[in-house]
Amino acid sequence: MSELKIEARVLSKNFGNIVAVDCLSFEVGSGEVLGFLGPNGAGKSTTMKMLTGFLAPSGGTASINGHDIISDSLAARRIIGYLPEGAPSYGEMTVRNFLEFIARVRGFSGGEARRKAAAAIDRLNLDRVPEQPIETLSKGFKRRVGLAQAILHDPQVLVLDEPTDGLDPNQKHEVRRLIREMSSEKIIVISTHLLEEVHALCNRAMIISDGRLLVDDTPAGLIDRSRYHNAVTLVVEHPERVASILSEIPQARKVELREGELTVFPAGGARLFEVISDAVKEHGWAVSELRLEAGRLDEVFRQVTQGAIGK
Amino acid sequence: MSGSGKLGVNQVINVMRRELSGYFSTPVAWVFIVIFLVMSGVFTFYIGSFYERGMADLAPFFQFHPWLYLFLVPAIAMRLWAEERRAGTIELLLTLPLTTAQVVLGKFLAAWLFIGLALLLTFPIWLTVNYLGNPDNGIIAAGYIGSWLMAGGFLAIGSCMSALTRNQVVAFILSIVVCFAFLLSGLPMVMNVFTEWAPQSLLDAIADFSFLSHFAAISKGVIDIRDLVYFSLVITFWLLANTIVLEIKKAD
Repeated sequence: MSELKIEARVLSKNFGNIVAVDCLSFEVGSGEVLGFLGPNGAGKSTTMKMLTGFLAPSGGTASINGHDIISDSLAARRIIGYLPEGAPSYGEMTVRNFLEFIARVRGFSGGEARRKAAAAIDRLNLDRVPEQPIETLSKGFKRRVGLAQAILHDPQVLVLDEPTDGLDPNQKHEVRRLIREMSSEKIIVISTHLLEEVHALCNRAMIISDGRLLVDDTPAGLIDRSRYHNAVTLVVEHPERVASILSEIPQARKVELREGELTVFPAGGARLFEVISDAVKEHGWAVSELRLEAGRLDEVFRQVTQGAIGK
Repeated sequence: MSGSGKLGVNQVINVMRRELSGYFSTPVAWVFIVIFLVMSGVFTFYIGSFYERGMADLAPFFQFHPWLYLFLVPAIAMRLWAEERRAGTIELLLTLPLTTAQVVLGKFLAAWLFIGLALLLTFPIWLTVNYLGNPDNGIIAAGYIGSWLMAGGFLAIGSCMSALTRNQVVAFILSIVVCFAFLLSGLPMVMNVFTEWAPQSLLDAIADFSFLSHFAAISKGVIDIRDLVYFSLVITFWLLANTIVLEIKKAD
């Protein structure tokens, strides 16, 4: 296996007059966990449906390891494991029968198919429920069945559409752990509207809105774009008075008071934290909380996606 | 595309096996079989006057099959694709390394085998005529083959209609209408529409489209290659249409 790569070239999709995906071009390489981030209806799912061969692009194309998704769709689909949105599966089948069906369609026969299904059951901790009809399972288990189906043939490329949507925090944690475990040596593309997920899972994030690629960066790089990056927040008695003093500091660009929290934004690359802690000592303020902000992903997300609508 | 050859057949069988197992893990299968058996019994004995005719054959049994299928086969066919759409599994199925044709064929064969099973379960009536008299079992076998082929034609139409819409009721009604047209195309009520103006060659062609005339020919015990070709062509045509419709509308 030489290069492991997804390459999309001006990938586009229209539904009638509605442009769902607008000339999306990107490359993803081995070891990357790419998060598609965007508001609902941004075109994340549509892009994934095109990559996995479910929807034909209206324009442009993409290739998975050199296999074109239009002209060589079957070969492309063989190396992809796909979890569609909502993790659909055949509810009346038992977990084991369903996974063995997938294994056979994936080209494993007889004993090999049974071994692959058993291995996937093991990997996703489904060993308490293999003989249960899928429709009787809880949402978390159903999602795991969907993941088991996607990873069963140890695919080089994993495409997961909102893998943790609708799960409780414990289940989310577990699904993320599984994805992280698999992430080396593979390409993983996940879509999500949960910002924390990008932070927890991805080493690259693409913000998509109205079918267009707005930002392509690492999660850390995204956070750096936040105006909160390196800002200092404090909770203090008499915040109005403190605010007026702090706004005189040359390193502070702006001071905001919101819900009892005072946030000071740095001017340029100023190191505010030291300056403010010195000020606290000097004036003897009664500070109950003082923290350095890393940056807020949700704020970057809003800024980027709403800025795009404004344009 | 590499859908042909041994692997292709295997994939069709994989899809078919999954479908068949699906039928029997829900009550749909048993309800269908029971209704089919009860209805064919009612038609044969009450309306077909099976006993009163005093003849040891299964003509009264087979003669109502077209009408039985007209309603029961669309009921089986309507869920073929509509159900996949409702559950979202169509996205799973069509992103597996399967061609659309393999999926269409696998699902069709499963439903057809299932109807075949329901048909085979009518064997007590065959035992009955053999007990009562000495029927020509060759004709009866031909009747069964013709009936099953005709069911295949109805089913292919129904499968295509199911791919057209995500609404099962709409799929059901559409298939009944199209099946009805195919069923009656040789009868005067349809032919009268055309006799005034259409040329004879077209009239013959339309009359030739009738399920009834081809089924009648086979169930008389005459297995004519043309009748077999006719049903194979009907099935092939509608399954091809099904594949095309699906390619176009799969994400709707």
